[in-house]
Amino acid sequence: MAQVLSQQVINQRRLITPEGINLQVQLADIGARIAAYTVDQLIINFGLIAAFFIIVLGGISAGPEVAVTIFILINFFIRNFYYMFFEMGPKGATPGKRLTKIRVASRTHARLTANAVFARNAMREIEINLPLSFLLMSGESVDGWIALLGLLWSGIFLFFPLFNKDRLRAGDLIAGTWVVRAPKPFLASDLAAEKENLDSHFVFTPEQVEAYGVHELHVLENVIRANEKQTVMDVANRIRKKINWDKSVSEADLDFLKAYYAALRGRLETRLLFGVRRKDKFDKS
Amino acid sequence: MAGQITLKSHRFRTEREQGWRDLEIILKAIEGRGIKSLTDEQIVALPRLYRSTLSSLSVARATSLDQGVIVYLESLSARAYYVLYGSQHGLGKRMATFFLRDWPLAAKTLWKETVVSVVLTILAAIIAFVLVTNNADWFYTFVPESLASGRTPVASAETLRETLYYDGDSSGLGLFASYLFSHNSKVAMFCFALGFAFCIPTAILLLYNGFVLGSFIAVFSEKGLGFEVGGWLIIHGATEIFAIILAGAAGIHIGKAVAFPGELTRTESASKAGGTAALLMAGVVIMLFFAGLLEGFGRQLITSDWLRYAIGFGTLTVWLIYFYGPRRVEAES
Repeated sequence: MAQVLSQQVINQRRLITPEGINLQVQLADIGARIAAYTVDQLIINFGLIAAFFIIVLGGISAGPEVAVTIFILINFFIRNFYYMFFEMGPKGATPGKRLTKIRVASRTHARLTANAVFARNAMREIEINLPLSFLLMSGESVDGWIALLGLLWSGIFLFFPLFNKDRLRAGDLIAGTWVVRAPKPFLASDLAAEKENLDSHFVFTPEQVEAYGVHELHVLENVIRANEKQTVMDVANRIRKKINWDKSVSEADLDFLKAYYAALRGRLETRLLFGVRRKDKFDKS
Repeated sequence: MAGQITLKSHRFRTEREQGWRDLEIILKAIEGRGIKSLTDEQIVALPRLYRSTLSSLSVARATSLDQGVIVYLESLSARAYYVLYGSQHGLGKRMATFFLRDWPLAAKTLWKETVVSVVLTILAAIIAFVLVTNNADWFYTFVPESLASGRTPVASAETLRETLYYDGDSSGLGLFASYLFSHNSKVAMFCFALGFAFCIPTAILLLYNGFVLGSFIAVFSEKGLGFEVGGWLIIHGATEIFAIILAGAAGIHIGKAVAFPGELTRTESASKAGGTAALLMAGVVIMLFFAGLLEGFGRQLITSDWLRYAIGFGTLTVWLIYFYGPRRVEAES
């Protein structure tokens, strides 16, 4: 859990809206970006193969040269404008990026402009196609050493995102953009609301709800939402022991946790209103 | 007893939830079908719902320990922010601004860099011309086999003349298409893309381009075809070489910003310069497209030298006036 939290903090960046609220955007992780790129490339290439067959089947009458030319033109347009077209839209993301729930955004408070999207995608040429072309260079036309040096040099661009803290591609650097997570807003149900259905015998003394802080509350929330039998039992027993709670015969572990969660949250939120935020159980405030 | 009465944070949530849901519906409509699909009521409600959601987020962060609500509000607010403060111009309007103002303005702003790339190209062309004229072997140093395609110093005047007026059997369309992937548009792309390595690769590419140019002119003029090769070059070169020079200027602009960021950080400086440079580069792509048309059709159909010169200088004048001519200063939109 601690590791997950710190990972979140590492990825977190400030984004202050003109209204003065810090939105705390999360950077997209490399895995998501590679996945998005792969999906986009698959779409582009399947599209091209489909276009090829359509043109070949329909274009024979007009002569093979015309058909090939039209295909080359389509190839040029799709390869160059696929990313620009989608990233200029309101979602700021290609289908691949939508699938992995990430998007392109401006690094500053400024709008994401069409120019920025253009710049970011114009650089793709040297970032991915240049290393590829060095890699595919045959030994006949160029000296192997030169190809190797070229590959190393162009590899700098390819691995650029791994070596800076904001995970910028060279294109992002120049365009003033970055790629952030854009999860679909999902409102989870309020666990505290479920306590009405529970037995009324869950009554905790002030000492009992003093046992934990905010960190433990959030861990408890995750445990209840995940609802894994073994974990729920372990956690419930641990809490019962800590607060000296006598388990009644018919008491279900999950119900106990939900009731305690509601009580603990009520207590901590009340104190929050008075300006005291108790971080965790070691926090004596 | 704590926990027995309804929690304040829960009441807060139930009271505000409807507003959040409404905002979600509006955002979905905008992202899916554009802002025009909204009803009047939704348009009026949007800014109010956006602000109240942001304020909900602040309140929730300060008073609620319900992680679900905070995570939800953060992603909803971010999504609304991107929609509201995203790019709002239609594609048509954006295109119009680009051609009427942004592109020529970018070219004008980078005039110093443009002068530098012109000087580099011409300098290299002169050096190559002098070297190749004195010793034809230099030609093979400057021009790779694939580019020369028979137009070497050992070729006869007749062969050379033929290449100026006849481009093989392929049709204009085919030439145009192959042009898009040709050597020169790659040079332009790389001039821009490699610029941020402190201008050095861009300068080398510009010099190299000038060497090739000078070598070809030298080979042709040695056989007494100087005037003819001029016409052959200028009819599309006025657009194409100009495009490469502008691409070089864009690259140099970025490289300069990275090397000498001034008071900004290097990243900030690069992205600031990148904006203008990218605008110019978008224009360069259009110019290369145009040059491709000229190469595919113009060079094939127009074989009169004078007409070639006229068209070449004509397009050059048009570009120069378009970029650097005086224009009405419009208010920033």
